Amino acid sequence: MIRLNNVVGTYTTQRGTVNAVEDVSLEIPRGITLGIAGESGCGKSTLMKVLYGDLGFPLALSSGSVDYGFRDEHGQAVTSQNIQKEWFKRISYIPQSSMSSLNPVVRIRDQFVDFPSTSKNKAQVLELVRSYVQKLGLPPESIDAYAHQLSGGMRQRIMVAMATFFRPEIILADEPTTALDVVVQKGILLLLMEVQQEMKNTIVLVSHDMGVHYQITHKMLIMYAAKAVEYADTDAVFGQPLHPYTLMLTNSLPTIGDDRARQGLPGHPPSLWNPPQGCRFAPRCPLATDRCRVHEPPLVEHQPGHFSACHYAENVPELKASLDQAPKLSDIVENAPMFSDIVGSALKVDEVAQ
Amino acid sequence: MKVNHRLLRGATLTATGASAARRRLPKLNLRLKLGITILTVFVLASFILPFFTSVDPSRQGTYLKNLPISGRHLLGTNSQGQSIFWFLVFAIRNSLMLGVVVSLCITAIATLVGLSAGYIGGWYERVAMLIIDSFITIPVLPILIVLGALVRGNSSFMLVGVILVAFGWAWGARTVRSMALSLREREFINMARFSGASTFAIITREIFPYVYSYMVVGFINTILFAINTEAALAVIGLSKVEVPTLGSIIFWALSYNALFIGQITWLVAPIVATVLLFLGLFLTSTGYNDAFATRRGVA
Amino acid sequence: MKTILKTEHLNKVYRLGSFTRKVSINALNDVNLTITSDEPVIVSLVGESGSGKTTLAKTILRLVEPTSGKAMVYDRVVAGKGQKQGKTEFLRTVQPIFQNPFEAFSRYRTIDSYLYETATRVARLGKDAAIQAMEEALASVGLEYQDVRGKYPNQFSGGELQRASIARALIPRPSLIVADEPVSMIDASRRMIIINLFLLLKQKYKTSFLYITHDLATAYYISDYIAVMHHGSIVEFGQAKQVLSSPQHEYTQLLLDSIPTLTHKWVQQPHSAGGLTPEEASNTRR
Repeated sequence: MIRLNNVVGTYTTQRGTVNAVEDVSLEIPRGITLGIAGESGCGKSTLMKVLYGDLGFPLALSSGSVDYGFRDEHGQAVTSQNIQKEWFKRISYIPQSSMSSLNPVVRIRDQFVDFPSTSKNKAQVLELVRSYVQKLGLPPESIDAYAHQLSGGMRQRIMVAMATFFRPEIILADEPTTALDVVVQKGILLLLMEVQQEMKNTIVLVSHDMGVHYQITHKMLIMYAAKAVEYADTDAVFGQPLHPYTLMLTNSLPTIGDDRARQGLPGHPPSLWNPPQGCRFAPRCPLATDRCRVHEPPLVEHQPGHFSACHYAENVPELKASLDQAPKLSDIVENAPMFSDIVGSALKVDEVAQ
Repeated sequence: MKVNHRLLRGATLTATGASAARRRLPKLNLRLKLGITILTVFVLASFILPFFTSVDPSRQGTYLKNLPISGRHLLGTNSQGQSIFWFLVFAIRNSLMLGVVVSLCITAIATLVGLSAGYIGGWYERVAMLIIDSFITIPVLPILIVLGALVRGNSSFMLVGVILVAFGWAWGARTVRSMALSLREREFINMARFSGASTFAIITREIFPYVYSYMVVGFINTILFAINTEAALAVIGLSKVEVPTLGSIIFWALSYNALFIGQITWLVAPIVATVLLFLGLFLTSTGYNDAFATRRGVA
Repeated sequence: MKTILKTEHLNKVYRLGSFTRKVSINALNDVNLTITSDEPVIVSLVGESGSGKTTLAKTILRLVEPTSGKAMVYDRVVAGKGQKQGKTEFLRTVQPIFQNPFEAFSRYRTIDSYLYETATRVARLGKDAAIQAMEEALASVGLEYQDVRGKYPNQFSGGELQRASIARALIPRPSLIVADEPVSMIDASRRMIIINLFLLLKQKYKTSFLYITHDLATAYYISDYIAVMHHGSIVEFGQAKQVLSSPQHEYTQLLLDSIPTLTHKWVQQPHSAGGLTPEEASNTRR
């Protein structure tokens, strides 16, 4: 169990300090793939950095703690202070861009052996590496190449290989497939699933693509404006969301084969420099009341294993049912004045920023 | 040279931060303030002081030779009977004037050629690059020495300036062109095109603002280059050494073996003045760079 | 039936390399596309990076010269052989919307200066008529002229900049708007605002759109026709709903198969960590 206790991740800039992650408390069970979803500025990448222990200026864990649930070689509990020693051994990280993580003038194999190796000699280690990358679908000679000689997909597989070589218990992947073609992406995602199922480790995956979450994650955390707003099994998040933001987000996504009209969610998240009182989603929320604008809803377990930070979580399924009844797009478009109104009002609400 | 201490105490190093208002002047940093102070002193001194003397400092035999520093002659006199102080003042003025005029010409030509070559491309660019590269690869000093030897004694001061411009414009043009090249690919250029802007409008309104900061830095550095090269030529005796410039003082001081005859001031004063002037230019140029770092170049 | 867009044997070859090694890249490989309709249409050009979709868009926008062949919009040759249209006339026929709203405007100019320039130089309107056209165009994208006037790009969000971009493109009432990944840099939950806006503009201004994207879902939602590109060629073309529900070409099938959709799972997870079983989950989604 990985525990996050009231984690607050703060950035220090010229303008002052800002909390990119605000008071997140979670329990992540072992042996699953957790997806962290949300849009720009929600704090998901910062949360990853906190989880990985990549805390150097300007980012700091200003309050709260992370419990990794294991002990280091001296028997000490591992926390954000000493997790760095476990990098690549018990926790590792797959970055978004492999090209900026791989040394361009050094062959891949030399970068593998760069890590602190054990007492085995270099050739032996390389043999192990070769057979390992083969298992991940790469030709064994690929590690003799330079980074730029491999395709994007192959490079990302190398990153997965590096990250999993020592069979870590926790793997963090921050948008690992965003830069890849959709066909290549599927290959990498399936690879990650295989790795997780075989090694039974915990994968935490950040992606802005909800489809990716749907396909490979077991549980999901939805973040909005530095806050955790929903935390549940993936199927529940898509099938029975209990937070209006999650619902509006998934509802706005068009799908092939679905002819219903879709609507975007106008407006934008509040500035983290000056967050509003009460629920941060209230200005854009269809269920918001005065209570929401004054009292911030805590993240509570509304149903077994299903957490939501909303005063009206029970009303969300009803809202979903009505949204599911949306008329077909072609019907709305035909009624020109009505369509013009709908589009126009969405645009109006999406006001000019200050 | 006295530096204004009041300015020093109040100065702080700050960089520009992003803000909603566009034209907010960034805080001048210490370096920039120091540099501008030095330059202001030089410029004011060299342009205003000449009004206070009626004597032509380059006229020989005005005073007794080789007098030491005194209340009457602030830096003494030299072996030609000239007041070193007044000669120096006029020298600084002439060097500065030459430097600024040459730099203006160079900056104008370099920007014009560089921007147009970079943006227009095609045959125009290739021809321009050929010319630019030729000028860059010509070794300046040997050619100048040969030229100087040929026209020695018959050159006018203006010819020296023209030569400086001819050999100084190419490098800047090359840099500006590469900036224009990368800017050309930016999307707002296409936006301007589709808004109906002409090529000239795009170069001046879209590309130029991004190049502006570099140009200012280049301008200041070119003043340094111009004064420096003229001084080098003068010391060798290839400039018009009758005209007081920083270089020509040194030339005459060396010709008369100033050090051996004990007239140290004659040689040291112009060197100190040159170093301080260059320091002022350098600080201003790098200080400006720091202050406007976010807007520099193609960022 | 008007021929809205037509390309004939359009080729673009990039030659790279030095004296010793020359490499040719066929960015566009004999592209033949014909779209005819009486009504304005939205045509999507989909494909992965390197498929040629961006090159095709740039060719139609005259930002790239084709190596051979030609392209025509509403029966006028815009690129390639026989290109006769003058610059201003072309700008009144075809206008672009670019991907990155933050790069669309120069940091040193106000947004409305671009719109004003378009109104006076492309649409050839007088001063007052230009201001009116700007107000109208901005209103149709949900922006007030008063709120936009005199402001610089760093005072707006990405969504607003993109809308201003769209407004600018509308001013000369072009027949075709070429939109290159117009929503990929906008948050997912807000994309449909712009996508729906395109549909409205097609209706209101009778403008056709060439929508370039790698996102098949929005292409399905918005398009009348779709062209799938791969390695510089169009591998499949037809009515959008048909192509995407019963693809003929194997590359289209591969693409559709690889998208992480929300309708069915690639792999049924053996263990769903508590809560619903996989069957229950997929039933509640629809």
